[in-house]
Amino acid sequence: MSVPTDRKFLESHEWFMAEGDVVTMGISQYAADELTDITFVDLPTVGMKISDGSEFGEVESVKATSELLSAVTGEVVEINSRLEEEPELVNNDPFGDGWMVKIKASDVGELEKLMDAEAYKMHCAAQDG
Amino acid sequence: MLQLSPLNDFHQSQGAKMIDFGGWQMPVQYRGITEEHLHTREKMSVFDVSHMGRLRVMGSDAEALLQWCCTRDLTGTEVRQAKYTHICREDGGILDDVIVALDDGSWQVVCNASNREKIVAWLLKHAEGRDVTLVDETLKTAMLAVQGPMAIAFVDSIVPIEISTLKRYRFLTGGFMGMNYAVYRTGYTGEDGVEVVVPKGGIGFILPMLFGSNLKADGDCRPAGLAARDTLRLEAGMPLYGHELHEDVDPLSAGQGWCVHLDKKDFCGADAMRSLRDAGLKRKLVGLELEGRRIAREGYKVVSGGREVGEITSGTWSPTFEKSIAMGYVETSLSEVGTALTVDLGRKEAVGKVVKLPFYKRST
Repeated sequence: MSVPTDRKFLESHEWFMAEGDVVTMGISQYAADELTDITFVDLPTVGMKISDGSEFGEVESVKATSELLSAVTGEVVEINSRLEEEPELVNNDPFGDGWMVKIKASDVGELEKLMDAEAYKMHCAAQDG
Repeated sequence: MLQLSPLNDFHQSQGAKMIDFGGWQMPVQYRGITEEHLHTREKMSVFDVSHMGRLRVMGSDAEALLQWCCTRDLTGTEVRQAKYTHICREDGGILDDVIVALDDGSWQVVCNASNREKIVAWLLKHAEGRDVTLVDETLKTAMLAVQGPMAIAFVDSIVPIEISTLKRYRFLTGGFMGMNYAVYRTGYTGEDGVEVVVPKGGIGFILPMLFGSNLKADGDCRPAGLAARDTLRLEAGMPLYGHELHEDVDPLSAGQGWCVHLDKKDFCGADAMRSLRDAGLKRKLVGLELEGRRIAREGYKVVSGGREVGEITSGTWSPTFEKSIAMGYVETSLSEVGTALTVDLGRKEAVGKVVKLPFYKRST
């Protein structure tokens, strides 16, 4: 399994990549594969305040509905509006074009406690049993 | 211990994602649910349905047993004719939905994988005192469904018996290199097609016929998994055991009255269903079309006027119509086509209306 090393991961399979104080968020290839064909991504609106550990959106697939959790506190500054018409981008390119939101974080340091690529790979392997 | 299908090696070689289903390890998807679904609607797909139970009922009282256990009148069933029916408890609760077929001198019953042991026990119990022998042939055979607009012509081209003139819900039997097989013109996708039962040793011959000698399976005929089978049958408005059908619901409420012959014969559950019919059904299975992209999932509540009036049994994002569709039980007074209903999605709601089933009907 290929996992990019330039970002951090939650156990619930969201990824977070910081550029300055703006954090881009999406879900991993593992999560996209597990959810199967994604049909809808319910994203917050720009300007919405979200906090670390809170649920701020949902991903709907043919198989299941899954919540999106934030690992940072801040304000949504951009959402990937392409997902409205092309939710399959999350399946096809979860680490790239399938990104979901950009959050202006009050403390990017909050990401430090997350898993890096190596730890996340082990986490996925453990889930596969 | 999970039962493995005779096609297990093939599924693994295709990189299928496998799940536990009714005690069997079966492929849920190969390439992607939507792609497999649309490929079936446009061309054809092969589904491994070897997990389905295949029972043979023999003896001079075989027909009498099935007449007692099945809701449908089997009088006049012709040799090599198949019929869809329900098997119910005394109180009308559905034990299973099955296909019964009359072969030369015996009956074949195809039941759901998860109900196989229950149905074997139920039939044996009601066979007491009758001249009936029941043989469970599930584990020594394989069953494949070939479904889609290209399926009939394709299967016709690879088997030595004539399929194109075979009527719906009829079957043919043949022999090939000493192996007996049966081809039924039936299916569970809303498409035309066949379901084929072969001895499990025959799989090695059949797979190259379907997918080419290298088994690349990238042509018109491709494998599809249980997930696509589920979205296909839902579009086709077909109920699924464990969801629309279960022991706490009767076939009349499930919209299956067309194969419940209360006035033609007596059978197990008939008295209870006559009472239900005379009292008026409290709830009915309906099709729902929802606005927006949210999916109404099994167990979600259906709401009207701020009141819970029903429950979703299956829902999906329809790949064919690109709409959110669902089936569920609602109060009879709210089951008319066009009735506006809301589905409670948890923190949100989806507005929808009752629509006629099936959602999908093939054009030819």
